[in-house]
Amino acid sequence: MPEKQYTYAVARIRAKENALLNDAFMEQLIGAASEREALSLLSEKGWKGRNNGSGESVQDILSYEEEKTFDTVLSMVDDPHAFDVFLLKRDYHNLKAAIKLTVSSGQIDDIFVEGGTIPVERIRTAVSQQDFSSLPDAMAEAGKEATDELLHSRDGQACDVIIDRASLRAIREAARSDHNSLIRRYGELTVALSDIKTAVRGADIAKDMTFYSRALAECDTIDIKRLSEAACLGRDRIYDYLENTRYKDAVEKLKRSFFAFEKWCNDSLMDSIRTELYHPFTIGPLAAYILARMSEISNVRIILTGKENDLPDTMIRERISKTYV
Amino acid sequence: MSMGTVWALLGAALSALLAGAGSAIGVGKAGQAAAGVITEDPSLFSKVLILQLLPGTQGIYGLLIAFITLTNIGIMGGSADMSVQKGMLYFAACLPMAVVGLISAICQAKAAVASIGLVAKKPDQFGKAMILPAMVETYAILALLVSILSIFGVSALA
Repeated sequence: MPEKQYTYAVARIRAKENALLNDAFMEQLIGAASEREALSLLSEKGWKGRNNGSGESVQDILSYEEEKTFDTVLSMVDDPHAFDVFLLKRDYHNLKAAIKLTVSSGQIDDIFVEGGTIPVERIRTAVSQQDFSSLPDAMAEAGKEATDELLHSRDGQACDVIIDRASLRAIREAARSDHNSLIRRYGELTVALSDIKTAVRGADIAKDMTFYSRALAECDTIDIKRLSEAACLGRDRIYDYLENTRYKDAVEKLKRSFFAFEKWCNDSLMDSIRTELYHPFTIGPLAAYILARMSEISNVRIILTGKENDLPDTMIRERISKTYV
Repeated sequence: MSMGTVWALLGAALSALLAGAGSAIGVGKAGQAAAGVITEDPSLFSKVLILQLLPGTQGIYGLLIAFITLTNIGIMGGSADMSVQKGMLYFAACLPMAVVGLISAICQAKAAVASIGLVAKKPDQFGKAMILPAMVETYAILALLVSILSIFGVSALA
């Protein structure tokens, strides 16, 4: 079936891409003397938050930018679920938070993230009543398993592992069934890079095969059985395995530092979406714009956190990923 | 009215119809892109309007061929009787503009949409952005010339 055309939306996005923050502006932000000065620079670019800059926290401003991005792009397409693949992480984060809150009988509300594909309240109700039937099948299954695990073992990490893998599987499934190649690439890259991260972290703390069999999610570009076996033998074996995959560039970054690797992961995603700058009709440029904005917001968050904690500019710079434009 | 006239009239109608339909599709598609850019930056209206109109010329060429054909076969005054062979020759003469008009308008629209995206990002590159879809016009003009020469050639036949 031919891919649907989004002529109006793509042209509009092209005009909006001019407002994306470029490398020069990121450098200016990094060079700001304080968080206040950085916020002032952002304000000049229209990053003022919902109340136009009056009494808003950094988190409020960044959340509003995320919300604006999704609202704008979704207003241009007729399918409100067109970009659900980018929101699934929020749903699973909320599921994880709800399970931990319920099991620990906590009362914290600000750990939930609004704007997922499923209302936060529905997830909280499902978890608190132990009735997951209102959630999608895969999510319900993961929620039930993670709750049982936490109740029996009180092991928060085991709960995280179950939910994180379910999240990756959901992203992969949603991406694989999409008509657009960028969304399919996003799904594959997200799962593969997460698997590599999990394997490396696991190798550093000498996790065994049982852990990897529960933590790694299947994908097309990584053989998780071989990655698990390599991870059980240590980082060097992971490097040996990765050298024979399309992720061989990750090895050098991993040897340098985990921050360098994480930056490389984000840069790889930006590189993979950059081809959408030349597509005038498909939904790809819209999806790329969302990812570009998410990356931009993440970069700004890193810079502002760095400024707040007086980190040296070089340390902030090495954590900033490439920009889309 | 003879069968020859029917063939000639069919050629004229196809020329106006297909080239016009191509232009309508093309201008519509480019118009969608233009509207997208204007939503974000109304100051680019005049630039994107020119790009939107580029696929519209095929419709005018189709109309011109239809008009010349109708004049030559006597539909717009005079005798409309002609042989089947001559009518079919008129029909064949109209085909280049009809077919190329349809296809080139749609292809030109695709180039125009891409150029509208270019102007949205780099308004100072408008000149270059306009040349790219304008290149497609070459083939519509070639088809127009062939159709005109053919129609006059056919009308000169006994």
